[in-house]
Amino acid sequence: MIHSLFLINCSGDIFLEKHWKSVVSQSVCDYFFEAQEKAADVENVPPVISTPHHYLISIYREKIFFVSVIQTEVPPLFVIEFLHRVADTFQDYFGECSETAIKDNVVIVYELLEEMLDNGFPLATESNILKELIKPPTILRSVVNSITGSSNMGETLPTGQLSNIPWRRAVVKYTNNEAYFDVIEEIDAIIDKSGSTVFAEIQGVIDSCIKLSGMPDLSLSFMNPRLLDDVSFHPCIRFKRWESERVLSFIPPDGNFRLISYRVSSQNLVAIPVYVKHIISFKENSSSGRFDVTIGPKQNMGKTVEGVIVTVHMPKAVLNMNLTSTQGSYTFDPVLKVLTWDIGKITPQKLPNLKGIVNLQSGAPKPEENPSLNVQFKIQQLAISGLKVNRLDMFGEKYKPFKGVKYITKAGKFQVRT
Amino acid sequence: MEQGSLLAKISEASCNIRSVLEMAGSLQVTLKPEPSVEERELANAAADQYEQNLTVNEDLKQMLESNKDSAKLDAMKRIVGMIAKGKNASELFPAVVKNVASKNIEIKKLVYVYLMRYAEEQQDLALLSISTFQRALKDPNQLIRASALRVLSSIRVPIIVPIMMLAIKEASADLSPYVRKNAAHAIQKLYSLDPEQKEMLIEVIEKLLKDKSTLVAGSVVMAFEEVCPDRIDLIHKNYRKLCNLLVDVEEWGQVVIIHMLTRYARTQFVSPWKEDPASFSAQDISALGMNQDCVIKDGVLEEDNEKDFYESDEEQKEKDQKVKKPYAMDPDHRLLIRNTKPLLQSRNAAVVMAVAQLYWHLAPKSEAGIVSKSLVRLLRSNREVQYIVLQNIATMSIQRKGMFEPYLKSFYVRSTDPTMIKTSKLEILTNLANEANISTLLREFQTYVKSQDKQFAAATIQAIGRCATNISEVTDTCLNGLVCLLSNRDEIVVAESVVVIKKLLQTQPAHHGEIIKHMAKLLDTITVPVARASILWLIGEYCERVPKIAPDVLRKMAKSFTNEDDLVKLQILNLGAKLYLTNSKQTKLLTQYILNLGKYDQSYDIRDRTRFIRQLIVPNEKSGALSKYAKKIFLAQKPAPLLESPFKDRDRFQLGTLSHTLNTKAIGYLELSNWPEVAPDPSVRNVEVIELGKEWSVALGKAKKEKPTEKFYSDSEEEESASTTDTESESTSESEKEKNGKEEGSSMENSESSSEELSDSESESKEGSAKKKFKTTEESDSDDTEKKTKMISKKRESSGSSDSESSSTEESSSDSESESDSESDAESRKHKNAIASKVSSPIFVPMKTHELLHRMSGKGLAAHYHFSRQPCIYGNQMVSVQVTLTNTTDQKLENIHVGERKLPAGMKMHVFNPIEFLEPEESITVSMGIDFCDSTQTASFQLCTKEDHFNVNIQPPVGELLLPVTMSEKDFKTEQGMLTGMNETSTTITVAPQNSTRLVLLEKVVKAANLGVVPSGQDNIHRFSAKTVHSGSLMLVTVELKEGSTAQLIINTEKTVIGSILLRELKPVLSQG
Repeated sequence: MIHSLFLINCSGDIFLEKHWKSVVSQSVCDYFFEAQEKAADVENVPPVISTPHHYLISIYREKIFFVSVIQTEVPPLFVIEFLHRVADTFQDYFGECSETAIKDNVVIVYELLEEMLDNGFPLATESNILKELIKPPTILRSVVNSITGSSNMGETLPTGQLSNIPWRRAVVKYTNNEAYFDVIEEIDAIIDKSGSTVFAEIQGVIDSCIKLSGMPDLSLSFMNPRLLDDVSFHPCIRFKRWESERVLSFIPPDGNFRLISYRVSSQNLVAIPVYVKHIISFKENSSSGRFDVTIGPKQNMGKTVEGVIVTVHMPKAVLNMNLTSTQGSYTFDPVLKVLTWDIGKITPQKLPNLKGIVNLQSGAPKPEENPSLNVQFKIQQLAISGLKVNRLDMFGEKYKPFKGVKYITKAGKFQVRT
Repeated sequence: MEQGSLLAKISEASCNIRSVLEMAGSLQVTLKPEPSVEERELANAAADQYEQNLTVNEDLKQMLESNKDSAKLDAMKRIVGMIAKGKNASELFPAVVKNVASKNIEIKKLVYVYLMRYAEEQQDLALLSISTFQRALKDPNQLIRASALRVLSSIRVPIIVPIMMLAIKEASADLSPYVRKNAAHAIQKLYSLDPEQKEMLIEVIEKLLKDKSTLVAGSVVMAFEEVCPDRIDLIHKNYRKLCNLLVDVEEWGQVVIIHMLTRYARTQFVSPWKEDPASFSAQDISALGMNQDCVIKDGVLEEDNEKDFYESDEEQKEKDQKVKKPYAMDPDHRLLIRNTKPLLQSRNAAVVMAVAQLYWHLAPKSEAGIVSKSLVRLLRSNREVQYIVLQNIATMSIQRKGMFEPYLKSFYVRSTDPTMIKTSKLEILTNLANEANISTLLREFQTYVKSQDKQFAAATIQAIGRCATNISEVTDTCLNGLVCLLSNRDEIVVAESVVVIKKLLQTQPAHHGEIIKHMAKLLDTITVPVARASILWLIGEYCERVPKIAPDVLRKMAKSFTNEDDLVKLQILNLGAKLYLTNSKQTKLLTQYILNLGKYDQSYDIRDRTRFIRQLIVPNEKSGALSKYAKKIFLAQKPAPLLESPFKDRDRFQLGTLSHTLNTKAIGYLELSNWPEVAPDPSVRNVEVIELGKEWSVALGKAKKEKPTEKFYSDSEEEESASTTDTESESTSESEKEKNGKEEGSSMENSESSSEELSDSESESKEGSAKKKFKTTEESDSDDTEKKTKMISKKRESSGSSDSESSSTEESSSDSESESDSESDAESRKHKNAIASKVSSPIFVPMKTHELLHRMSGKGLAAHYHFSRQPCIYGNQMVSVQVTLTNTTDQKLENIHVGERKLPAGMKMHVFNPIEFLEPEESITVSMGIDFCDSTQTASFQLCTKEDHFNVNIQPPVGELLLPVTMSEKDFKTEQGMLTGMNETSTTITVAPQNSTRLVLLEKVVKAANLGVVPSGQDNIHRFSAKTVHSGSLMLVTVELKEGSTAQLIINTEKTVIGSILLRELKPVLSQG
């Protein structure tokens, strides 16, 4: 399926190549560069490109293009999903999936790629198995390795690959047994000019960090499981139990993983925790405009809204902006025309406000459209959908684990049209 | 003398030669003077580099030769780094290969990496390494065997093909599924290395397809797809197995299997779409492929019902349709659709997409809708995933709008989306537009038009145009909106609007003189060639509507002709010609002027056109007959352009494929065949296995009879109950199939049984005829049993008990027939078949009471409870609890009842009736029912008297959550066989010596848990069976005594949690005296 993989950085250097079948020349990437040039913006490079003899399927992650070479028909999502899995693995191993990290760990990268694909077909993609095969680099280990000459290779062979629960390492031991669940919900919304909600939806995930010895069998139940409209599961979850009892029952992988992601249907009314008042206007035949934005809390369930950042992509004609903010600081990037206003916490007594004058290029026509405001925020200790974890039970092991649940609500793709 | 002269001659000749050589040398010198500076530098640099390279490699070689592993490792790491950057490291081959047998795993692995990269180039040397792998193939460790096979097969050296073939054959019979998986991978590698081996490899594939391991399934199907995708006959026997394994296969395998099964199903089953012609919309027809012709006829007929012309034809048709049997889905078809459904919940986008396309291509239209929710979920994913999913949704939404209409808003565009995502979303929004939502959509489009992303704004205008043509109600609104856009400041927007308006006006040219005038004015300002051309075309086409303006426009254009774009020039010529024909008085000269300009234009296209037009419109002697028709030629009615989705023709490709994304056939794309008219013989999928079906159904029938309240297969039934109609159709189809099978098979010996399959058991010849009638695979067995449970539950309903899940209204006559059949069967069987699994009465064990409320804390009221181990009378999911209340005070206690209950979610409780009073020193036993939901969670409630209330808890021991089940040893084994893998927990325990006798052991186990004893043929193995009270899942316990007072304790159950708790509780029971 996947013939070769090329990693290409933003300036167009191929800094890593790997072939699973016979070698494909680097020149195949020229087609990719061509498409990249045509697309102007990295975001617009088509993920699937057809060339005379090959097909190129690429993803763009952390300023790196992962370009895979395909020779025959294959579901494109299969490849895309796999490439993202590769990037996730790098992230997991090196803490970041950047060009330098990959270059620094080129041997580990190579070993990983070797294990993940065999003849172009995915072999081991579970991080638990991979980590048994190839230990992730740590500072301590690299020091030890350089002295003793030992390696990052696992000495023992991973048995997880053979078992029925391939996602879990075999012998896990911890002195402190802990299980943490982060319920993270993101509000995707489009708010129109008048402040009414055009579209709103809650996307949630439960990320888990489980450090439990042995083979624990967990079941997590919710107070209100009916809320979850559409759920996708980590393979460890027993689907039948969910279907019949609405309980998440699973033998967890070791370490960090995403347990489920879900969507709360848009039929339920979604509480929008902030409102934005805005006056952005450009005067006809004058090279200036007005900008006045106030942001305030609304339906926030008594919690503070924090980490508020407003980002605005101003029209091209804007030269610079003279603004004063009552709270937080703002920056305007005159090249990208991006205004970023970092507010922080919203206190209802004194609403943060940013206003001033926009200077336009003289002679340029008045911008057609007002820019839309992208808002980010965070609310701790709250799952906006009202989802609540009821209890976590552990079976199969004797010790008492330490359990914790954290709720957090964030803005997802939260856009205010002006 | 002679000799002397000879010598002289020789010396002379040699002299000559030398001189010639000298001359040549000097010549060379003259020919090639000193090398230039550049040349020298170049040479030096090359030498340097070469030297450097040489030294680096020398250095590496030395490191590789050294004795220290660390040096070797270092060298290998550097070499791998070179490979990664695409540098050539092939000359190190000999030095590297030597290390293939290194003890250090990491060195070894890196050598493998190197080998796989360069073996192809250095085949002879690569052979040196082969023996190492051959040895490793025999290693006792399965992982080493597997990795040896992996590397061996990755070395692309044709000479070792026979060795690889041998290794693959051996590995495919390996005991370890992991090795077999690698064998499946190796098949593809060998095939690409040497396609000659195809036949042999197909044999191996055939063998591996039979493999029951989930580990192997994905890989072998991948090999199948690569090597012999046309050998669909290999799949038949494995079809049901693959369907059933699917959920447990790893995600990548799932994708491959689903795609393969989609293709398979299209060749084996008949179309589920023909059924109700009423639901056909015009779009659906195109999806029908082969049946297209007849369906279109149908469609036409329905529309033109009154037309006499068709009448006779139609009658014929109707008759045909009546004769045609109602469509019934093949149970195997249903199996696939049912088993893939849970995978929509996968975290892997590729799996979700694969299931979605399966539903799209295989499921009845009414069911395909369930995939939309999951597809919409994928839109939250990465840009690339979004892109692919949106493309597929776009194709789907053309044909079946209804599927995505509820999710309209999910396709709203954000200003931060990349352009390609925006346009795909827009495409879908346009496809979904209808009378009901168009006003919201247009409002949304208004925002988009103003977008800073002009490419997107232009696409939006196109979209508005499409909406306007598709939905006649809003055509005028859209047109007005577009006209407003003409005064937009942005040129691209204006240009696009002009083009779209042109198209719109063409579709309804009635009364739009005003708009054309407005557009004519725009010519002064607008510069985009397409737009100018469009305006000119419009004026030309409708010049009779704007008789005053048209000549004036031509005049202006004549002035600027030379500076215009080619596209515009052509339209000026066009306009001139049209005006010349309609209004020659005013424009004759102008046109001629333009024609003259055109004659000398740089572009040959324009010169060509000029010549053509001149001949056509300006009459002269040469022009001949055509010029008479010039007016007709130029001013003919032109058909309006169709504004269509660019995704219109994408449906010729299977969804989710690369070909679909590219809209061209990719290499290796496998066509999805059309549904066959008549389904091929379904019996090819039958697999001969032991006949389980009969005994099962017998058992079930009986169990139902006796204990009408119990539910056996609750899990599978739950799934089933979601769609009653499904089962209905399934059952009919089954019986139909049965009939067919009989007709075809012409095995008359079993004709003594009536036509319904259920009745077969009355003929008691177990091995003989009954076997024929029963579907013999495990899968269809479960189908059978499911069906039966279903029927029985229906029966229960009709007999008055409340069961909400089945709807008897839709019951067909055949169903009721079979019902009565089954009833009588059950009756007859009751006598014959003694061994049946049923809820048996519990074995008597001394009662174990637990304290509920101590008399001290209860202010004199004491309460104890015990589990009666009887099926609960209050509900079949409840555990019955006997509570004994004792009054230890010297006064009467009044009104004892259960107060507030604090139950975990899902738990239910049936309380005892309030007790009016309890005399001193008197006690009373009441019974309660608690549904613990198969968990050991505590039921907390308040026990109240007239004055007080006390909080009490009941926590059930896990053994009490079971009800014993009787079954034969054989049944037990088959059931156990189905509950392996994750469903099995086991441990080794030491058994106290006194416990090793059969009776003691049975007593101990049964005392600890409410289990039924299964008669056992072996002395050292004891089996117990039960089912959980709430869900009715089987719980099978096996105690196998071994030597040295150890025993293996195995529990098989779907309820692994309960199983593991039970395991833990049983352990001490057996090990303690």
